[in-house]
Amino acid sequence: MNGKTDRLENRREFFRRLGRWIGLGALGLLGWPLLGRRRAAPADTVWQLDPEKCIQCGNCATKCVLALSAVKCVHAYDVCGYCNLCGGYHQPYVKRLDTAAENQLCPTSALVRTFIEEPYYQYDVIEERCIGCGVCVKGCGSFGNGSLHLQVRHDRCVNCNDCAIARQCPAQAFRRVPADRPYLMRGERWKAGSRKA
Amino acid sequence: MMSGAQRPTANAAKNAAAALFAFLAAAVLAGTAAAGATAEARFPKPQFESRYVMPRAGAPPARAAMLEYLDVAVLVASLGAAGWLVLRARRRGGVTLLTVFSVLYFGFWRKGCVCPVGAIQNAALALFDGGYRAPVVVGLFFLLPLGATLLFGRAFCAAVCPLGAAQDLVLFRPVKLPAWTAGLLGMLPSVYLGFGVYLAAMGADFVICRFDPFVGFFRMSATPSMLAFGGALLLAGVFVGRPYCRFLCPYGVLLGWMSRFAWRHARITPDDCVNCRLCEEACPFDSILAPTPEHHPESRRAGVRRLAILLAALPALVAGGAWLAASLHAPLSRLHPTVRTAERVLSEDRGAARGTTLYSDAFRQSGQPARELFASALALRARFRKGAWFLGGFIGAVFGARLVGLSVRRRRTEYVIDRASCVSCARCFEYCPRERERVKKTRNGG
Ligand code: SF4
Ligand code: SF4
Ligand code: SF4
Ligand code: SF4
Repeated sequence: MNGKTDRLENRREFFRRLGRWIGLGALGLLGWPLLGRRRAAPADTVWQLDPEKCIQCGNCATKCVLALSAVKCVHAYDVCGYCNLCGGYHQPYVKRLDTAAENQLCPTSALVRTFIEEPYYQYDVIEERCIGCGVCVKGCGSFGNGSLHLQVRHDRCVNCNDCAIARQCPAQAFRRVPADRPYLMRGERWKAGSRKA
Repeated sequence: MMSGAQRPTANAAKNAAAALFAFLAAAVLAGTAAAGATAEARFPKPQFESRYVMPRAGAPPARAAMLEYLDVAVLVASLGAAGWLVLRARRRGGVTLLTVFSVLYFGFWRKGCVCPVGAIQNAALALFDGGYRAPVVVGLFFLLPLGATLLFGRAFCAAVCPLGAAQDLVLFRPVKLPAWTAGLLGMLPSVYLGFGVYLAAMGADFVICRFDPFVGFFRMSATPSMLAFGGALLLAGVFVGRPYCRFLCPYGVLLGWMSRFAWRHARITPDDCVNCRLCEEACPFDSILAPTPEHHPESRRAGVRRLAILLAALPALVAGGAWLAASLHAPLSRLHPTVRTAERVLSEDRGAARGTTLYSDAFRQSGQPARELFASALALRARFRKGAWFLGGFIGAVFGARLVGLSVRRRRTEYVIDRASCVSCARCFEYCPRERERVKKTRNGG
């Protein structure tokens, strides 16, 4: 080691130290909008779709990064009319109101109906079968009370940083919601989304 | 559940008649109401006579916040472990183990999301869009590895980043790329970083997430094209060390900046370099710099003149890049869905485009006046223009800095690590005879 190398090393060390402080400052500047500047900040957010905006375009069934979409049909029972002829369950202009597959709207028979009492029927979604196509939702919204609606189901969703459906939703119905209030469901119990799951 | 299937058919026929009437009435009503699915009670709430209890839709909760913070804790621990393994223990074996752990935890278990690479975009959005607040966990994922790099180099890349880890584990037959190829490709990450931040800041797209090549493997579900892209990168990665890290990863650019100034950094030799040249070819990522020749072939004056010219050209490059990008702001702004929709609606209104698209249909159904859509598209376009100045300037500066960097002469008397590009993988250590001596000594001592 001669004097020249030492001087060089000293100079480099000086610049490194300078750079380190600048880097630290830059991180601080970035950290402020990221971590500071907030009151009730969410620890994490998740994706949810607003059923009031959704137009049932069919993207939810096909654009999710999961092979079987994380979006499913959800039933707000307290909005449902329990109709015998269900706009979500039956093909339009059906003659016979029975459970024959050709009379059903749902391509995967994910909706089932159960007789409750004259003249009411309960409709349930079998989530394992639902592909989130929204066909029934459209039917229910057009001819019924709109009790069937789509929601991102958080037991399935992997919470992509950038939801692939959100990016392609023509109605811009998707938004980030706080993870502790992860649904935008229809029905009285869910109004204002104020309920914890 | 399926009891409805066995109900009496006579009943059904009677009900059908009643319901059909309601159905028709509803259809007429539906015509007047917006065709969308606004929840209106077209049918009254049923008055049940039996003791029917109305079920309610389940709402499986999202992942608990505590688990998210656990991820942060695992990140911190892994960063610490990586730093310790590289700087103190100097053990490649330990680094490999940690790499496997990271692929399993941050990759397959956490499904590769959220990762610090993608978090760049959340940071950009939070910085430029006041309405967006990045989740705390995402903010931490973005900042912590940068901070750790400021302390001890890119230990994050070495063994924590799931993307880097996946590539590192397939690197079986490293070959050297020609210097010019590596040099040219090495500029891509900065350009990608620029575009990624730009598009995120504009609220247009998270391209870095969209083109994450390995996240599909971690989720075990990907589109065919992304599967092909990721597969090709992994295949190339068998021969070319970490192709995504070196030639695409935008986070690597930021880490490289930090790593230059790291407080401690990995060293090839545990003490003094004896210039044996044994480590010359050791690094699969071309991050080992050889000593400079005693006498440079170019005269000092010529070198200084070239450097001066390049430095003078730097502002021109920045200005040129800024101007070029700004003049491209209109096509760039089409990457924003709102601008695209506005253009489509406009051309439909003018009769220039036939038919409708999903997007224009959705817009018309929303009932928003077209004027508002056009106004927000114009505002967005103006933003895109302003941002494009910065984007172009940044890319120009990157190219300029690269040229300048090539012309700056740095004197080196021994083999050293290029701190910006070294990922602290610890592969080169064992090439050094001094290191082997050290290992032997500690073995005998312990
Ligand atoms: S993509 Fe949007 S509009 Fe289409 S079905 Fe899903 S939420 Fe509804
Ligand atoms: S019609 Fe589509 S959205 Fe409705 S239950 Fe069936 S699969 Fe699900
Ligand atoms: S966040 Fe990902 S997994 Fe969840 S709905 Fe969107 S695309 Fe599907
Ligand atoms: S630790 Fe050595 S082998 Fe690994 S990237 Fe750095 S210089 Fe290359």
